[in-house]
Amino acid sequence: MKKRFVCVWFHHLEADWFAMRKPALKMAPFVLAAKDHGRMVITAANALAEEQGIKKGMVVANARMILPALEVLDHFPELNDKLLNKLAEWCIRFSPCVAIDAPDALIFDASGCAHLWGGEIDYLTTIITRLNDRGYQVRVGMADTIGAAWAIARYGQSSPVIEPGMQSSALLSLPPASLRIEQELVERLYKLGLHQIKDFISMPRSALQRRFGQPFLQRLNQALGMEQEFIQPVQPIEAWQERLPCLEPIVTLTGIEIALEQLLNSLCKRLEQEQKGIRTLHLHCHRIDDAIITVSIGTNRPSRNLKHLFKLFENKLQTIEPALGIELFVLDAVKVEDHTAVQEKLWEKQGGLHDTQLAELLDRFTDRFGRNCFHRYLPDEHYWPERSIKASQSLEESITTAWRTDQPRPIHLFPNPQPIEVTAPIPDYPPMFFRFKGQLHKIIKADGPERIEQEWWITEGQHRDYYCVEDEAGQRFWLFRAGHYDAAKTYGWYLHGLFA
Amino acid sequence: MFAFETFPVDPYMLQPKSDIIRRLQHEILPLQGYKSALGRSSLKIDLDAINPAFPNATFPLGAIHEFMVNAPGTKAATSGFVTSIISSLMKEEGVVLWISANRTIFPPALSFFNIDAHRIIFVDLRNQKEVSWAVEEALQVKGLAAVVGEVQELDFTASRRLQLAVEKSQVTGFILNNNKKNNTNASLCRWQVQVAPSIPIDNLPGIGYPCWKVDLLKVRNGCPGSWQIAWMNGRFSTTTNKRIVYKEFHKKTG
Repeated sequence: MKKRFVCVWFHHLEADWFAMRKPALKMAPFVLAAKDHGRMVITAANALAEEQGIKKGMVVANARMILPALEVLDHFPELNDKLLNKLAEWCIRFSPCVAIDAPDALIFDASGCAHLWGGEIDYLTTIITRLNDRGYQVRVGMADTIGAAWAIARYGQSSPVIEPGMQSSALLSLPPASLRIEQELVERLYKLGLHQIKDFISMPRSALQRRFGQPFLQRLNQALGMEQEFIQPVQPIEAWQERLPCLEPIVTLTGIEIALEQLLNSLCKRLEQEQKGIRTLHLHCHRIDDAIITVSIGTNRPSRNLKHLFKLFENKLQTIEPALGIELFVLDAVKVEDHTAVQEKLWEKQGGLHDTQLAELLDRFTDRFGRNCFHRYLPDEHYWPERSIKASQSLEESITTAWRTDQPRPIHLFPNPQPIEVTAPIPDYPPMFFRFKGQLHKIIKADGPERIEQEWWITEGQHRDYYCVEDEAGQRFWLFRAGHYDAAKTYGWYLHGLFA
Repeated sequence: MFAFETFPVDPYMLQPKSDIIRRLQHEILPLQGYKSALGRSSLKIDLDAINPAFPNATFPLGAIHEFMVNAPGTKAATSGFVTSIISSLMKEEGVVLWISANRTIFPPALSFFNIDAHRIIFVDLRNQKEVSWAVEEALQVKGLAAVVGEVQELDFTASRRLQLAVEKSQVTGFILNNNKKNNTNASLCRWQVQVAPSIPIDNLPGIGYPCWKVDLLKVRNGCPGSWQIAWMNGRFSTTTNKRIVYKEFHKKTG
């Protein structure tokens, strides 16, 4: 597709912003000034001030000579960048690829965008009116190259649109400054009597390069489309992104659902062609009051099942506040993984951990209860009971060591060992009685002890001597004594678990 | 002249009565929630002497089994009994979901019941409401071997929903009910498992094979009863042949 670029030039960016904040300033000439070597130098002036011949770079004292009523405001050093950034993000509604052209312009890659607004003239008119409504004075230009769009936006006299392929003829009557070259070079060209581009465009390239250098030639070539130029978009273009601009702002839940379904449908189709599946998906809703609301979902396994993805979004759609209406939906698959159709078939058959339906069920759980709601446990190489398992959130992770069955383990393990009172013969016989929560248990059968040492390289502490005991009723317990019997009574008896 | 007309012969008329009854039973059982009692023979759970308590002498799969765990000492015994049953369900590639709000199950112990503990997914939720939702959602998923849910209460409506879900998906649901009251609900079987003294291994001292007193309090179209059953070397075996048969209390519900 033939590239088309739009350049939006904010000729009084900062002044417009101040005027918006203080409506009284709209009717008065004012400038912004910053201290520079002990003088106040003007950094920006509004249109009224410029009419009087006050320009950027002048000293305030000189400007006051011209216009004694001139109002001088303080310059905010970072305001310009902030404003441009914000405007660039806002302008994503006009084109997915918006770049900042410091200090006071935006460049859109508008290839294939204009027809959505009914043609290039209408497209530009919309951009101008929308920005004017916000309070910004802009000039725009549209051309095949960034250089030409830039030139026409700043120096164009008639139409802001240069028809495809016509940039060389359109540029002829523009001054050399429209080529984005240094001021020094512009002055040199003027000195030589080259006041318009047509004065030197037909000169031999080698002569131009010799006299004005390579950068000048590069700029000329870029403007004419003989050399490619790239822009750095404010938001990188996602490969897996779907956009749905709405003619009328959407305010109802049903409307949002329909929009989401349409977006998911086209995204899933694309994913299917490329054999990919979604892991993380964001839905950005651009509201007409400039707010962007984002809801996101995640899956445990790559998926491109429209029904399933929609279901995950279902709860979250309720939280979207449309306010005055949503004019643009952007569905952004942030994390995409390979997901081939062959895999899908295999999974459907198996019904094990790789089951698609299981993964979808767990997605629904995650969506509703949070990331940490489910675990699998894998054996870990530790004897200490609490450390003998490790939790895993992944369905893929497989065991690296086998489950041990050489020593009995209780089916219920208390998170914290419960202290008990015990009557036990020394040195290391199992207890005869123990009392837990006021109830006395007489021990009939017992096994043990099984000594488990504390892993000193992890934490210090006493060892445990575990006993499996059974009381009169047949209840089976896992008890332990922490530490050795000693006079200082540093040992203690605990109930740690119940056997089946 | 008489012309002999040939009447269509009712096939039931030619069979002995017992055959007819058996056939009718086979037609009625699926309607009562015993879809798996007939056919699907690949998975069979052998509960030894308890088997005859069920219709067709088959442990019903694809149904809701409710276990009362309200009495002290029943929780550990029930977990043991349920995991023993699940171990046969997991012989194929199946995955089990264990959903609860305050879980104390210790996965390494499951390998004593021949279960690969890493094939159980533990879902730990904050409250009963979440557990009920998750259990119902999980029971609708085909391809799971079983779903275990630890709940505080299972009322009639909830149990009906669960039973309907499993009849569709053919997943077996084990609901560990901690309710103090044994209220009526739609689960197919209601059990109570209590601890019983272990059975010595080769007459050696110490703790032997785990043994439980299993009460089948309710089973639709079956015979409730009480048994002592032990888990020995990977299979169930009833220790006493003495079987107390409960007279089933039938409530006509129209």
